[in-house]
Amino acid sequence: MIKVDKNKCLYCGGCVGVCPVNAITLYETRIEINDACINCGICIKFCPVGALEE
Amino acid sequence: MKVDCLIVGAGPAGSMMAKEMASLGYDTMVVEKRQEIGAPKRCAEGITKHGLDKFGIKLHPLCISGRIGGAMLYSPSGKRVTMEGKEMEGYVLERKIFEKWLASEAIKKGANYMIKSHAIAMKRHNGMWRVEIQTVEGKKSMEARLVIGADGVESKVGKWAGLKTVNKITDYHSGIQFEMANVNAEENYIHLFFGRDVAPLGYAWIFPKAFSSNVGLGILEKGAKMKAYDYLIKFIKEHDEFFKNAQPIEINGGGVPVAHFTEMVADGVMLVGDAAQLVNPIHGGGIARALHSSIMAAEIADKAFKRNDFSKEMLKEYERKWDEEYGEKTEKLMKLRNFLEKLEDKDFELLADILQGEDIFALTQAKLSFMVRKVITHPGLLKLAKKYLMD
Repeated sequence: MIKVDKNKCLYCGGCVGVCPVNAITLYETRIEINDACINCGICIKFCPVGALEE
Repeated sequence: MKVDCLIVGAGPAGSMMAKEMASLGYDTMVVEKRQEIGAPKRCAEGITKHGLDKFGIKLHPLCISGRIGGAMLYSPSGKRVTMEGKEMEGYVLERKIFEKWLASEAIKKGANYMIKSHAIAMKRHNGMWRVEIQTVEGKKSMEARLVIGADGVESKVGKWAGLKTVNKITDYHSGIQFEMANVNAEENYIHLFFGRDVAPLGYAWIFPKAFSSNVGLGILEKGAKMKAYDYLIKFIKEHDEFFKNAQPIEINGGGVPVAHFTEMVADGVMLVGDAAQLVNPIHGGGIARALHSSIMAAEIADKAFKRNDFSKEMLKEYERKWDEEYGEKTEKLMKLRNFLEKLEDKDFELLADILQGEDIFALTQAKLSFMVRKVITHPGLLKLAKKYLMD
């Protein structure tokens, strides 16, 4: 499953918009990735600061 | 609790919708997950005057942090083309204030707001939507005949209603921006920078504000060798003439949907603004389109209430209206985007030589055919232009 580096994340929510399985949710100051994640890595490609990794 | 219209998200689209619906006399509730409307901002804050005048919006003066009289475009080698003209005039907003002002306008009309209130689920129930909301006071449930998804690029409302709102990474800019103090860029202009190594398949920008500037860029992943953040750091390092004594005072990230794929309505649901991917595919500006989508959506919502029909078929009129107004232009701008994506740095240099400011403005207005005539003596470009810009 994809992990979030909370120190890097800007909680912009951009990754939520490209997740093909709706596994990511943006809360006010954090994102959460749930079990639906299929490790496709599209969110990693998108993230402007590199806060997401496998 | 029951309301007529529940709006998820209090950005420009959500508050515009709230203002329209409350003005029409509907019981309207807006839920916003953030504790402060407007922060953190999600864009470079630019909007054309035309984009506001069209809807009769008279901004509170505090919403305006800078004025735009034109744009300066920079080729990879630094050649500058200046665009000026009445149509270019606009504002750099202070979005934190603009969004609060817009919310206050909606509230004056009678709209209700809940902040730090996050819609976390939504289910169909007796012909209404029941929305679960996490608030400071605990979980609440609210029922509405009409739910508006004004919940941005991270929209859930559409997904809960069964719409395919996922953005394609090939049409979704990875955006990053610093607001910086003490930037040495000419005021009253926005500054746009192009090049494969500057901002692959996108552009970098400086938007001067009252005592700071938005400095950012958007890129497409397929053309990138590193993260958007790294490109921005490189951009700042390479432009001492602007940034020698500048320092950051805010950082923002974001996804920019530069193509429109999603359906905009489902039974009892309408999507507006970024949630419906309503962004100009060339410059990535979304505030004017967000405002306009809400004005259109409210008009159709009013019909739906009068007929007591919230079916997808009924609400589809909003989508048809949108396509009538923007469909053709958006398609042309998509063509132009495809063309620009194929350009090498040398092509940008050539364009900087042969295009005048007014030509570039015409391009952004989706007037494309003259471009082919302009590049007729440049075989390499002509081929690309014919392939991507001809009807």
